[in-house]
Amino acid sequence: MPTVQEMQFREPAARAAEASQALQQTTEELQDMQGEKMVLNMGPSHPATHGVLRIVLEMDGELITKAVPEVGYLHRGDEKIAENMTYTQFIPYTDRLDYLAPLANNVAYALAVEKLLGIDKQLPPRCQYIRVICCELARISAHLLGLGAFAMDVGALTVFLFTFTEREKIYNLIEALTGARFTTTYTRIGGLARDLPSGWVEQCRRFLNEVVINFDESEKLLTRNRIFVDRTKDIGVIPKDVAIDYGLSGPNLRGSGVEYDLRQAHPYLIYDRLRFEIPVGSQGDCYDRYLVRMEEMRQSVRLLHQCLDQLPGGPDNKTGESINVPDGKTVLPPKEKVLTSMEELIHQFILVTQGVNAPPGEIYFGAENPKGELGFYIHSKGGGTPHRLKIRAPSFVNLSILPWVLPKHTVSDVVAILGSLDFVMGECDR
Amino acid sequence: MTSFELAEKLKTRFESLVTGPVEFRGEQTLKVLDAERISGVCDFAKKELGFDYLVDVSSLDNYGEDPRWTVVYELYGYGHRCHLRLKTDVSEEKSELPTVTGVWRTADWHEREIYDMMGIRFRAHPDLRRILMWEGYPYFPLRKDFPLSGKPSEIPQVAFTRPAPLEGGPFVTIAGGQDAIAREPRARIPETAALETNARLERRHDIKETHGRVYGPGPVEPKK
Repeated sequence: MPTVQEMQFREPAARAAEASQALQQTTEELQDMQGEKMVLNMGPSHPATHGVLRIVLEMDGELITKAVPEVGYLHRGDEKIAENMTYTQFIPYTDRLDYLAPLANNVAYALAVEKLLGIDKQLPPRCQYIRVICCELARISAHLLGLGAFAMDVGALTVFLFTFTEREKIYNLIEALTGARFTTTYTRIGGLARDLPSGWVEQCRRFLNEVVINFDESEKLLTRNRIFVDRTKDIGVIPKDVAIDYGLSGPNLRGSGVEYDLRQAHPYLIYDRLRFEIPVGSQGDCYDRYLVRMEEMRQSVRLLHQCLDQLPGGPDNKTGESINVPDGKTVLPPKEKVLTSMEELIHQFILVTQGVNAPPGEIYFGAENPKGELGFYIHSKGGGTPHRLKIRAPSFVNLSILPWVLPKHTVSDVVAILGSLDFVMGECDR
Repeated sequence: MTSFELAEKLKTRFESLVTGPVEFRGEQTLKVLDAERISGVCDFAKKELGFDYLVDVSSLDNYGEDPRWTVVYELYGYGHRCHLRLKTDVSEEKSELPTVTGVWRTADWHEREIYDMMGIRFRAHPDLRRILMWEGYPYFPLRKDFPLSGKPSEIPQVAFTRPAPLEGGPFVTIAGGQDAIAREPRARIPETAALETNARLERRHDIKETHGRVYGPGPVEPKK
């Protein structure tokens, strides 16, 4: 039942004193609240962590004060496995490192072993061209996914669907080339599993003409999109010196303004015969890293066109160019020769049972993969098995900057930063 | 400036501390004889010789030899675009060397990984914890005396001693099966279901025998 209360009038001085006391109390309470920090677990199964990354965030209100990444949820012991098998047997395991660009991993691993064997300069030109085609197709595929997922994380779902249409075409190309869509295992030590199928070059050209339209469409949706720009510009800024200090590589390093690309600084395969440019960012923020990836895909298309034009032997290899190193002690001989010739039979037997005979020594080989510098350090004591094989995974190193870059950002920025760093946990955890 | 010249410069500065350079496949490798001074050598390499990018740190287990460990540093300079490898040996008794995180911050995770996989400790490392394996895991899996098939962990709670949520379903590995077919059945056959349950119960019983309980209340301190 409502009652009528008489209004009370108090002295203004007493009111002011009461008010100031109340105000002081609230301030103290607020200060107490500031001291209380909340711990927030992001991952390991969170859509924006692209796999199984877990970050323990210490939050002060909306702001992050400390970030501790926890990796290793996808650890399979690849390095241990590598010590227990021949060099060729490890190729399928490299598919599962950066599983968005298995072809590029295959090439990087084969080149590392070939460097150890000392046959990297003897690779036939057709093999080298096909390997570059593989690398660049993988780069487009990986960047398309990175870009689509990044856009989706900051709220633009359409781009993701656009890029996946093109990735599907790349998968079809890869399937025609290798027989598998995802786990390609295409390279062999000293060569390739098989030559290009007939009609593949034409199919690839058609894809290249279609994909550039898709780049334009995606770029129209993002580059000047107010929301996208607001979510990425000046967010997650990594200055040049910090990027170098933390060992970043690939588009993340170039986004910070370091003009360094292994394909140009230390050209492997036939990259020195091709013309392409290296895009670099100016600020080192998420937006720059996005722009760098976008431009890298266009440069990859440019590289692919040059490769397809210059391909020795032409599309159908009419001149019968070799795709393998002409050495029976490294590459498996053709099957018909194994069944008819004694020498080839012996080579086949030794290669399958013991593997290629690597000299004792140690090498490091780094290749410019979509995510950055994928390096293999191989320590051999001779024989067909490595004594130690260390994988320098770009995603692992790129993620180590998180404790530096995340503090002072909000949780929604974390999503943008993770998307722009574009990592793969399969490679990070090995 | 070539890698060889840079290696020679490093050698003239530290004289008897380093040996080499050894060349293999166009790469220069220097060996630092005293692991205790590795951070000083690295500091010089970065500040004076311009090796500003630490590409990788890896480790070797020379099982059966003395010293057992070798730590390998891959250096690179963006200015001169040269690569140099530094190696240093660490004995098994000591299993410790100074960190280079003060020189390159990227060394942080690389050194944590080496500690995790090989069990070599880095003195004065800011946060030397396991990185790929979980906290409390008792072994160092990249050591040569660690078998490829792995070792069962004796610590409940830390390793998988609880039944997995999907246990009993098709394609789910059953611990303690007689052979690979029993451990990883492709489909569940009603006739063998009882056998599988028995195998599981036996395994639980074993764990209980060893530790006195199947589920512990909290994380158990790792074995030293």
